[in-house]
Formats: sequence, structure tokens, C-alpha cells
Amino acid sequence: MKTSMLKATVALATLAALSSPALAQTTLTIESWRNDDLATWQEKIIPAFEAKHPDIKVVFSPTAPTEYNSALSAKLDAGSAGDLVACRPFDASLALYDKKQLADLSALPGMENFSAVAKTAWSTDDGSQTFCVPMAAVLHGFMYNKAAFAELSVQPPKTEAEFFALLDKIKENGTYVPLAMGTKDQWEAATMGYQNIGPNYWKGEEGRKALIEGKQKLTDADWEKPFETLAKWGPYLGDGFEAQTYPDSQNLFTLGRAAIYPAGSWEIATFEAQADFEIGAFLPPVQNAGDTCYISDHPDIALGLNAASPNQEAAKTFLSWVASPEFAEIYANAAPGFFPLIDKPVTLENALAKEIVAWREQCQPTIRSTYQILSRGTPNLENETWTASANVINGTETPQAAAEKLQKGLDSWYKPGEAVPAKAN
Amino acid sequence: MTDRPKARPRWHIAVFLAPALLVYTVVMLVPLMQTLLLALENVRDGQRVFVGLDNFRMLFGDPRFSEGFWNALANNVYFFVLHMLIQNPIGISLAALLSVPRLRGVAIYRTALFLPTILSFVIVGFLWKLLLSPLWGVAPNLLGAVGLKSLFAPWLGQEAYALTTVSLVSIWQFVGIPMMLIYAALITIPNEVIEAAECDGITGLKQFFKIKLPLILPTIGLVGVLTFVGNFNAFDLIYAMQGALAGPNFSTDILGTYLYRIFFGFQLQAGDRYMGAAVATAMFVIILIGVCFYLFVIQRRMRRYQM
Amino acid sequence: MSTRAPTQRVRLALVHLALIAYTLIAVLPVLVVVMNSFKTRRAIFNAPLEPPLPSTASLAGYRTVITQGDFLLYFQNSLVVTIGSLFFVLLFGAMAAFALSEYRFRLNTFLGLFLALGIMVPIRLGTVAILQMMVSAGLVNTLTALVLVYTAQGLPLAVFILSEFMRGVSDDLKNAGRIDGLSEYRIFFVLVLPLVRPALATVAVFTMIPIWNDLWFPLILAPGDATKTVTLGAQIFLGQFVTNWEAVLSALSLAILPILVLYLLFSRQLIRGITAGAVK
Repeated sequence: MKTSMLKATVALATLAALSSPALAQTTLTIESWRNDDLATWQEKIIPAFEAKHPDIKVVFSPTAPTEYNSALSAKLDAGSAGDLVACRPFDASLALYDKKQLADLSALPGMENFSAVAKTAWSTDDGSQTFCVPMAAVLHGFMYNKAAFAELSVQPPKTEAEFFALLDKIKENGTYVPLAMGTKDQWEAATMGYQNIGPNYWKGEEGRKALIEGKQKLTDADWEKPFETLAKWGPYLGDGFEAQTYPDSQNLFTLGRAAIYPAGSWEIATFEAQADFEIGAFLPPVQNAGDTCYISDHPDIALGLNAASPNQEAAKTFLSWVASPEFAEIYANAAPGFFPLIDKPVTLENALAKEIVAWREQCQPTIRSTYQILSRGTPNLENETWTASANVINGTETPQAAAEKLQKGLDSWYKPGEAVPAKAN
Repeated sequence: MTDRPKARPRWHIAVFLAPALLVYTVVMLVPLMQTLLLALENVRDGQRVFVGLDNFRMLFGDPRFSEGFWNALANNVYFFVLHMLIQNPIGISLAALLSVPRLRGVAIYRTALFLPTILSFVIVGFLWKLLLSPLWGVAPNLLGAVGLKSLFAPWLGQEAYALTTVSLVSIWQFVGIPMMLIYAALITIPNEVIEAAECDGITGLKQFFKIKLPLILPTIGLVGVLTFVGNFNAFDLIYAMQGALAGPNFSTDILGTYLYRIFFGFQLQAGDRYMGAAVATAMFVIILIGVCFYLFVIQRRMRRYQM
Repeated sequence: MSTRAPTQRVRLALVHLALIAYTLIAVLPVLVVVMNSFKTRRAIFNAPLEPPLPSTASLAGYRTVITQGDFLLYFQNSLVVTIGSLFFVLLFGAMAAFALSEYRFRLNTFLGLFLALGIMVPIRLGTVAILQMMVSAGLVNTLTALVLVYTAQGLPLAVFILSEFMRGVSDDLKNAGRIDGLSEYRIFFVLVLPLVRPALATVAVFTMIPIWNDLWFPLILAPGDATKTVTLGAQIFLGQFVTNWEAVLSALSLAILPILVLYLLFSRQLIRGITAGAVK
């Protein structure tokens, strides 16, 4: 047994040695949670880069998203991680930078293509250092089944009153489930629910910053009202929505059984591939006609450099390319709905993606309220928001109780104005 | 054994033990101890320092940790009780049925009954979420077919039923383990014993309870303690079915999922190795108490028949 | 005897009935998975209970599995790792269990408890230390690393179960062997091991399942393409937002087969165990 295994190992090692060409070539390995992007990287991105840099070979090696953070952290600690690592927004990456596991990229050629706002999610709290090259942001809103809307002769709503009137109408008709969302996986309720409709209440960045500064509380009307609205969603969700998972919701919508889908822009590519009807999108409804609208335009993914990588130069060459408009255009069009953060014009081909990205001009963009600083302690505000949002929609907790619990949890460790270091994994 | 000369060095004992002890100690025990010892440390002002039992004080005293811990422990006890009351009796019964003499097709039954146990958690999780799904699920359709649709509820999403439902799925998956162990014990009973019983007219159920059960009691004890250890270390099934947050509202949170969130972190929650190690140590102590109870109380009192 | 035959037959029929009932509970859900792996996504969710019909049948899942990644190699890796670890767990575990159950010596209880510690703490917690060790030993991305970890992980349970069964082996038999001048090693390998074959088979089955299905250590220790296992390979279809259920179901349905074959091989030992007992 032992010898045969040894032989196998030796054989594999020889194979590996043989397959690498004679000329000195550097191989860069990318760690990412985007299993979904494997084909894009293999077929479009990597060939485009390798054509320009034949001396550098790039391998995209994704991990299942749920295991990514813990697997990456273990590999960085032990020194077996890849050269380039996909960066989660905010604290997860900041903690790695603080542990000196991610390199400082502030001076990387190409970084000047990004505005300070675009870099926020991957910069130190004071904004002085940046450690990942921003790749994409995602937007929230609602998608709808155009065929169903035509059949019922209804229009996308602008205000909240119109929104609920529309839901009533769809429910009365009975052909379609009005809203395709479940609470089983909890994050749908928080991300596509609370963070989707919330910015219109707390006025986007204004409220988010006030919350961090301690000038507002989660029990204030601006923060509690979104919960009250969410509590009204229950009757419009599918039968047994409490046990409906995220893939269930996706399938419910793409199989044409639901009319409206509280969405993230990342769904565009798969939905268009899977649905046999046309899909439209509308903004989170405002409270009164004519109100300024706010949308969640959330930085989602970036690429950083493993500080311990032996291939620093090659990795920086690659990162500079990732910071270029060329990469932005390839990625944005290969993964419609992942919108570039770059400050240069990027041409999008997908019509639905174009429609959604235009919201950036119409409304005030903001990021998800729980991501910056406020989820650094225990209890974790983001996770608590998941549970609270699901509870509120399930009707097992009142909006008031949910808001109070969240604020109490936050108060137990967060003192506005005092610096809280991002916690290392 | 006593008649062997005491003075002779018994090297063979060392030879028998050495390989297992070596691999186990180096690859498993030392890394685990390194981790558990972190329970006595924490980070203060950016420095890693020794804090004594502070982490445990926090775990049991600070409601931010203790509420989650006690909730997980209570759920875990319930999870274990259900396994003891349902999984093990079913497992023993199946093994008893399989070992009925002159039964045909045992190999087929044995394979079929064990099938769920060899499945990965990914499959089991996907499978039961699909079967119990209110949207496409088999459960609502089957109940609907017999006019009992009103009996269906989205159990996995309801605080009152989720834990019971997940426990039943776990029982479905793992019933093969007690079945195999008991079956292995039952077939080791020498035929002479059975034949003697049959000559005395002791057959069927009576034979099982009077003759076989006392002979396999040590194995039943073993099954009990393995169920205890397995249940208090359980993690994967809940994780696959209910996610790391063990919803709804933490109603399916058991010690394994609680530990996972603290130690490895989840989403924006960063992993905390120090508090995580404290949770792991607490779990370890609970399991150690159970195993010691088995080793020193149950196993020593059990009458063992050599066959 | 002849008067008892009808009741005997009724009794056997009842036993069959009970076993068939539970077999359905155990097998039907699994059939649902296998059946659905041959269907289109639309059909999986629209009618999960329906067998694949000409209109809904699809091998798309299997096609994806075959084209995406080298699944033949992944299967081979899984087999090497599982069988390799199993061999060491059974050999080392049985030896240690024999020592603990057969001989009285000073450290016996202590060592028994020491080895049992391993079933009380999930080995996952030692990840970082284990990975550091493998990095410094140059074993990252080798199957050897996995075999080492799984051997260590499997030993405590193997020793725990096997020593319980070994205590049941007759002393008379072993002492007779000693009087015949057999060495302790021969007593173990020739007399004791064949007698505990059912227990060995059971331990083998229990040990191989978590190894075959493990995701974590392949992910951490051997994520490279040359050393990927099947379970890790199938993860590629679980995306952040989109899960390719056709492919996941196909990959995992395929992954059931080898372990089912291993199970059949081991469970045949159970029958041999009986006959061995009868001969004795």
C-alpha cells in the first residue's frame, strides 16, 4: 500500500514537472468563492491576459462560497494559500490586511482608476491604504415577469402604496405568487428585503453614517419602519414561505410561477438563461411620489495579493491589468449584474443590466448598512439582522422587538467614536 | 494470564500499540491540544495574552455568549434523546429481524437499509429539503393525495417543528450504524447457543429477549455511548439543512453549529479562535463526562459473556 | 417439526413485511435523487416525483460532470485515499485494541482513555496546526497528507469498537494457542483477527463513510487539481448564487456507486464471519 502510494506521488510529481514548459514561466493561483465564474475566467479573462503576458500563467481555483473564508484563513496562516485572493468587502479583508497577510496595493499602477468611494470597502478605516483592486458591485431592486404583468395588465409601481396595491391585485387574480421570496435561508429576508427597501427610509448614506456616528439608533423610525413594511410582505409570499429556500425562490420565479422577485443584480445572467419570459426591473418603491430614491449599490468583490506569495512581481502585473478598463469590460459583460467600480466608461451589452445600472444616475447609491464597522463585535449585527428580518416576516417577532434587540446587541459592544479594530479570523 | 512469568519484558504490547499511538498523537492529538489550549488565551489591546479562565467566565456569564450556548446545549440534549428513543430501538429491531434464522434476502435488505448511511450530507440535505419543500415537495403532494393536505406545514421553517424534523432526518440517515453494530454482535452468537434454546422451545421474540438480548447488552451500551458522542459532535446535517445560523431563530442550533460560528466565523462574523476553543473545551468536557460514565460505570458493571 | 412449519412460515412472512416496509422508507428517497439526476432542471423542480420521461429526460448533468474537471482522476483519488486510510486504521486499530483488551499493564486504562479522547473533539478544530505540519513536511497537495489525517481520525473509533468486541473472544482459545507455543503476534493475526471479522467489517464501513464524504480536509490539504477528491470536485457546481443541481445530483449519484461497492465487499465479511464461527 505504502509503496504504491509513494509511487503514485512520485509519478504525479514527475507529471507535474514534465507538463510545465521549459521556459521560465510564473504560475499565479487565484483563490475565489466565485465557483459561478469558473467558465468566465477559463474561457475569457485568463486567455485575454495570457495573450499579453505569455510568461505568466494564471489558474483560477474557486472554493464553495460557504467554506471560502475559513478555508482561506487557514491556508494563509499555514502559508499554502494562492498568490491572489478574492477579497470580501470590508472587515473580512481588512482583518487579513491587519494581520499582514494581504499586501498594501495603494501604489499599484492602475489604482488611480478608482475613486475613493469605490475603494472604501477595501481600504483602512482612514482611507489611507488600499489592499485590494475593486472588481464589482451589485445593486438591489425588484425584477418582474413582463409576460405576467402584461397578462394582468399592471404596471411596475413607483410608490409603496402602488406596490401593495399591485401585490393585492396579483394575489386576487391568483395565477401567480405575488412575491418570490422565502425566509428559510434568512439572508434573503435581510439582503433582498431589509437592505433592499431600507435605504429609502434611512436616506442612504446619510442614515448609514449617522448610525455609525451614533447620531441615530436602530430603534429610530427610519430604521424600524422597513421592518414594519417587511412584516406586511408575509401574505404575498408563496405557501409555506417559511421553508422556502433561496434556490426555491429563484426557481419559483424563473419557472414562471411568481410575478415579482426581490432581487440582486447578480441574478441577471442566470435568470435570463433560465426563464422563457422577458424580465423587467423596478426600483425599490419610495414612500411618496417624488421622493428622492436611494438604492443599495454594494461593493461585492475585489482582488488582493497574498503578502507571502513568492511571485509578487507577476501578481502585481496581473493586478494592474485587473485595474484596467479592459478587464472591467470583459468581466462586466461576462457576468452581467456585477457592475464595474472603475471610474472609466464601460460599455455594457446586456439590456437588463443597462437598465439597472442606470439607477446609479437616478438615485442616491449607498452600501449595506451593516457592513462597515458595525459588524465587528459580538453579537454580529449582520447575522442578527438576518434572523430579525426572517422573524419579522414570519410574524414571530414584532418590528419593534426586532429593532430593540438589534440596538441592544449593538450597544453591548459598540461605542460610537471609539475605534474598533477589525477582528482577525 | 497470571501464570505467565512477570519478569519477562512484554515488548509485544508496545509493538501492538506503537503505530496507532504514534499516528494518532502526532497528527490528531497534538494539533487538537494546541487548539484547545487557546481557550486560556485571548487578544487584549492587540496582544495575545494568557487570560486564565476568563473566556469560560464570558462563555457562561456574558449573555452574548451564554444565551447561545445554553440554547444549543438544550437543543442538543433534545436531539440526543430523540436518537436514543427512536434511532436505537429501530436499529436494534432491524438487526434482530435481519438475524432471524433461515431468512432469505438478508444481503439485499442489509444493503438497502444501510443505503442512507453512506450518503453524503450534501445529498441528504438536498434530498430532504426537496421532499419537505412546500413548493415542489413530495410531502405536501403525498398528503394531498390522501386528502390530508392540511396536515402539511413548512416544518423546516417553523420554530416549533424544525428541530424535531431535522432530528428525524438524522435518524433516517444514521439508523444503519446501530443496526450494523448490533447485527455484528448478534451473528457472533454461536449457533450452539441458539440451537440449545430452540431445543428448549424458546423461539421468536421470547428467544430474542431471554437469550440474545443479554448477550448483546455490551454492544447496546456501546451503541448508546457512540450515539451520545456522535450527537454532541454533530454538525454537518444541520449545517447542510438549516445553514450555519441554524434557523429559524436558532431553533435548530446545536453545539456543533454554535462552535462553528464562533470558531470559524460566518459571513461578516469573524472567527474567534480563543472563544471558539473555550466552546470546544466545554463540549469536550461534556462528552468526556459521558464517556467516562460509560467506561467506568456501565462497562465495568456489564456482564460480558465470552463467545 | 411439521406442525410448526406453517407458523414458522407466517413468522418469516411478517419479518419480510416489516423489513420491506422499512426498506421502502430507506430507499425511496434515495431513488428520488438518482432519478432526478437524469432530468432537466425544470423537471426536477416542477415534478420531483415523476420518473424521467422522454420529454424531461436529460443527461446534461452527467455531461457537465464529465466535461468539467477530471472526474475519473477524482474518483481514483478518493479511492486511493479511502482504501489507504482504511487499511492503516484497521491494521493499527486492531493491534492497539488487542493490546488494550488482552493484556493487563500499568498504563492500560490511561491509554484507553487517551485514545478515546479523539472521538470527543472534532478534528476540524486542529486544522491550522495540521496544515502547518503538512506545509513544513512538504505534504500539501499530496494524497499522503489526507491518508495521514484520516488514519489518525479513524483510529479512536476503531480502537473503541474493536476492543469491545475483542473482549468477547474466548480466553480458552487464546490460551490453547499459547500452550501450543504460538507467539503473541500469531495469536493476534491467526486466531483473534478472523474471529472479529464482523466487527472489522463494521468498523471498516463506519470509517470509510466520513472519509469518502469529507469535504473539509481535501479542501484545506489537497485542493490542487491533481489531488481533488470526488466530494470536493462536486462542490464546483455549488455556486454563490447559482447551483447547478443537475450536475450536483449527477456527480453525487455517481459518487454513491464506489462506496456502495466497498460496502458490499465489506458486508460480505459479515457472512464469512458467521460461517467461520460455525466451523469453530
